[in-house]
Amino acid sequence: MAVTVSPESDVVASPVQRGLKEGFYAGAISLGLFVLFIGLKTGQNISNELVVTTRWGLLAGVVVATAVGRFLYVAYGQPFMANQKIADVATGLLPGSVASRFFQVPWFIAAVIAAVLLFVFNNSLAGWVGAEPAGYLQFLRALAIIYVLASVIYYFRAFIHANFTKLGIAALVLYPILVVAVLSLNAWSIAGGLQGSLKWVDNFGIQILIYVMLAWGLNIVVGLAGLLDLGYVAFYALGAYAYALLATHFGLSFWILLPAAGAMAALWGVLLGFPVLRLRGDYLAIVTLAFGEIIRLVLINWREVTNGSAGISGIPKVSFFGLMSFNVSDSNYIAKVLHIAQSGAYYKIFLYYLILGLCLLTAFVTIRLRRLPVGRAWEALREDEIACRSLGINTTTTKLTAFATGAMFGGFAGSFFAARQGFVSPESFVFLESAIILAIVVLGGMGSLVGIAVAAMVMIGGTEALRELDFLKQIFGPDFTPELYRMLLFGMAMVIVMLWKPRGFVGSREPTAFLKERRAVSSSFTKEGHG
Amino acid sequence: MAGTTLLDIKGVQTYYGNIRALNGVDVHVNQGEIVALIGANGAGKSTLMMTIFGAPRARSGSITFAGTDITQMPTHEIARMRIAQSPEGRRIFPRMTVMENLQMGASLDNLKHYDEDVEKVFTLFPRLKERVAQRGGTLSGGEQQMLSIGRALMARPKLLLLDEPSLGLAPLIVKQIFDAIRELNRTQGLTVFLVEQNAFGALKLATRGYVMVNGNVTMSGTGKELLANPEVRAAYLEGGHH
Repeated sequence: MAVTVSPESDVVASPVQRGLKEGFYAGAISLGLFVLFIGLKTGQNISNELVVTTRWGLLAGVVVATAVGRFLYVAYGQPFMANQKIADVATGLLPGSVASRFFQVPWFIAAVIAAVLLFVFNNSLAGWVGAEPAGYLQFLRALAIIYVLASVIYYFRAFIHANFTKLGIAALVLYPILVVAVLSLNAWSIAGGLQGSLKWVDNFGIQILIYVMLAWGLNIVVGLAGLLDLGYVAFYALGAYAYALLATHFGLSFWILLPAAGAMAALWGVLLGFPVLRLRGDYLAIVTLAFGEIIRLVLINWREVTNGSAGISGIPKVSFFGLMSFNVSDSNYIAKVLHIAQSGAYYKIFLYYLILGLCLLTAFVTIRLRRLPVGRAWEALREDEIACRSLGINTTTTKLTAFATGAMFGGFAGSFFAARQGFVSPESFVFLESAIILAIVVLGGMGSLVGIAVAAMVMIGGTEALRELDFLKQIFGPDFTPELYRMLLFGMAMVIVMLWKPRGFVGSREPTAFLKERRAVSSSFTKEGHG
Repeated sequence: MAGTTLLDIKGVQTYYGNIRALNGVDVHVNQGEIVALIGANGAGKSTLMMTIFGAPRARSGSITFAGTDITQMPTHEIARMRIAQSPEGRRIFPRMTVMENLQMGASLDNLKHYDEDVEKVFTLFPRLKERVAQRGGTLSGGEQQMLSIGRALMARPKLLLLDEPSLGLAPLIVKQIFDAIRELNRTQGLTVFLVEQNAFGALKLATRGYVMVNGNVTMSGTGKELLANPEVRAAYLEGGHH
């Protein structure tokens, strides 16, 4: 193959030259893209006529920002990142990473001092510098605190990595105590006061943990057994309605109905499993999707039992194992039994620990099952069904147990959900929920419990946090509603994660069989999005 | 025990839809033998292998293993009769480690003889021991074939079915694998039924052989007889020994 090399191409363009060129192209492309989107705006005037307003200034701003951004990235960002990967010839060491330059002891000390000072003089700040700068100082304090915390995590990263599971569980156990203690002491905070702190336990803690549990349950079906289930929310709905109906009509306790709801969902898991035994992949996905919709439509249309779209309300609360109740009117109300002040906080915190316990149960069962014959058979089934059969594994029962186990955890989560909300309606069990749960499993890394938990925190916590971003109104004007952009950001985040980490956050898979010692298996061992 | 019929295939016809792939095949494998089935592409060798395992199922005829009719049994029940298979294309579990693959092979006994049998497999194929923690899919073709045979052996089979163990492997590796099969047969008396395109190697290894053409068994005899047979030589062996 003859290649003619022109003399010019021998000269490699310097990053700055390339940056100028690519910046120019990026600017031109964005001009072409946005000239109509941003440059022109149509609206109506008072007499209902269509008017076109031009926004050349804004368009120029966007184009220049794109061009400059591309230039900086190509000219300085890319060479910098490439340098980070080149080891020093003399020492053989990689250069100091961005993080080690960012987290340095003097800065850490400065940040601690700044945070402490700003805390101490918090109340007198407004008097000294005026109200508006004081607001900025509070923002600065928040940054300082975040920096201090991030530095601590950075310095102890090896320890954290080694004890991740223990630390994670400890953090989850202590979370409501810390949140309530810190936030209820600081009435000044945007999320301050006891009520504000309970929001963090409820909207973030409980909400995220419900999704962690659902995703861990679905992980058994999708991540371990490799059966793509797009109708998982049906089991969640079954558990929720099982609790709602049995508790409201027969007054049975949560502690009896929790296993009953799980068993009910598992039974339906088996019933769904039978017709789809021969299906795999896309075909299975379509049938399970239909199953999810069937359950939802039945819930809407079977009015005599489910009360249709109006849903079921007045679902009884969970009791503390029948010993204490969380209803103020009951004689064994917790405040009366323990002689403490009346508060709605006890129930929220109790629910938090309840769902945390259920999550840990799910994780424990999953970890144990993976080491048992049935769990190994699930994973082998995901890999190669025909090989499984020829090794004497009954693929029928293997699939059914996977469906049933996954469905059971969905049912548990559902009955918890009904008890927490006090109200269920078919609207909570739409296809989007199935999609979100599946997205969490895929983003987290199929089969990885830690990865899935992190993904649930990011996805659910992230979308919840976007509700809190009121300060964005300062930047984008009072019309800006961050909630409306939640799903856009959610989708963008998913695309970005899948581009950078096609195997999900945690791509490594822990093997279950060892010759002598345990060895971590690199990420190339797990399922991945491409190829 | 040597000499009694272990696997008896009588008049088996198998169809893919309306296309007949096996045309009334009679094959038997005696206890302690290595039997080779040779033939060209599309002769129906692999179909016979799969029919023994019940997928696809024989439309007529019977398959008897150790006196039990297994023609209508589900695949996993057939495997529980202690017939193990290294299937066409090896079909190891690509994302599971070598160790986990072997563990899956021992599912039948719920790992009762696991430690002992793993050692045996590693003695037979030392290469696998070097690769224990490696993912099955990252092994070379020869190692995957060893793993596939090793996994089949973990079930302590009475009969080992091998579908083209030499497919796509370098001659040196093929020799290693054939040596291992011979070794297993000699020391443990393992009965082996093997399908091969590498007619020369297979017939040299085998006690007896069958030749299959278009879904029919056209010739049978001892390995030596078939190797010496001019028709076999013309059809499968001329043009260079593999």
